[in-house]
Amino acid sequence: MSAASNTAVSQTALFEFLTRMGDNALILGHRVSEWCGHSPALEEDIALSNTALDLIGQTQLWLGLAGEVEGRGRSADNLAYLRDARDFRNVLLVERPNGDFGKTLMRQFLFDAWHFLMLKALCGSTDKRIAEIAEKATKEVAYHLDRSRDLIIRLGDGTAESHRRMQEALDDLWAYTGELFIGDALDAELVAAGIAPEPESLKPAWDELVGEALSEATLKKPSDGFMHKGGKRGLHTEHMGFILADLQFLQRAYPGATW
Amino acid sequence: MTAVTLPSTSDVWQWLAEVPDPEIPVISLVDLGIIRDVAFDDDTLVVTVTPTYSGCPATAIINLDIERALHEKGIEKLRLERQLSPAWTTDWISAGGREKLKAYGIAPPVDGTAIDGILRQRVDRLSGRSNLTIACPRCGSANTEKISQFGSTPCKASYRCTDCLEPFDYFKCI
Repeated sequence: MSAASNTAVSQTALFEFLTRMGDNALILGHRVSEWCGHSPALEEDIALSNTALDLIGQTQLWLGLAGEVEGRGRSADNLAYLRDARDFRNVLLVERPNGDFGKTLMRQFLFDAWHFLMLKALCGSTDKRIAEIAEKATKEVAYHLDRSRDLIIRLGDGTAESHRRMQEALDDLWAYTGELFIGDALDAELVAAGIAPEPESLKPAWDELVGEALSEATLKKPSDGFMHKGGKRGLHTEHMGFILADLQFLQRAYPGATW
Repeated sequence: MTAVTLPSTSDVWQWLAEVPDPEIPVISLVDLGIIRDVAFDDDTLVVTVTPTYSGCPATAIINLDIERALHEKGIEKLRLERQLSPAWTTDWISAGGREKLKAYGIAPPVDGTAIDGILRQRVDRLSGRSNLTIACPRCGSANTEKISQFGSTPCKASYRCTDCLEPFDYFKCI
């Protein structure tokens, strides 16, 4: 991250950035929560639910701040339940379907490695509110990464069947990892203000972290070819509408319903 | 008109020390280390609370419990403030709280088991230098193994004693 500066950042850029962070956590948290009651073992069910819970908790912090920054009275709940697909800013990786347990874990690992590095960098943000959320979230995500890393190694370097499935998952998901490191004009504005790191700057550490684990998992790292992108700008895959139908049903059908 | 007598902040700390954690009722909110400050802003009592885990469902209940307990003590003007930084750490669990956890069957957090340096921990594990042991809260044996880094609540991991064979919760370090 660049040295602290006082460059003012536009409210729009800040709001967009916060929804990018919040929507990544929300959509992945929702995907992971789909496992609740369906995991291959009780311990894994609990671990996945706990991971989802952490991510939804972080969503409340990010989207809560986004609503505050926007200043139009929208709460975290409003933003989660009442926006349409084009207004979501999550990367495409997190909306990929769960697939089997191995694929869910591979998606988690690829995301966790980025998430951890991103949050670590955000701990030094010039925006104190962002640094505080990052400080809190880093502790939780360190546990997510520890677990997903451990499991992809055990499954990759496991039986012939688990190895085959993990390699397939990796090959399928790889083309969705590039988007995490592609910056745009909005990112540049945040970098200039010392609020967030340049997305590309996280790539070497991510490559190292991921490469090391994949080699321990006896998995072959795919080459960086074509990469899907668009999520950060609101252009999503066909899965997004189905996720929102599930996620937002209650508030759409019964507006304002509370527990 | 009679002046309203405000309680001292030490009275308030004492009252809060009697409010149990909703998930682990053997320890209080003060034992848990989540009450960060108690102060008066004019005649409004301000209690600063920090969440354990950002998604912990108990957070909302904790706020309700604090409000109820303090209203029962006659506090009328109360404001709860959330503080994220410094982020909660298990280091803030009191010595008394650790004893109570152990007596309740939950192994208290062991210093040095936090995952803040993944690389360092991995290196320690590979080189066999990590000699941290989580003792079984039932039989005291140091022969225990981790079943899962995630347990019955966000703050706990699942362990098993290889001597008495009991599974138990470990209050993991963050």
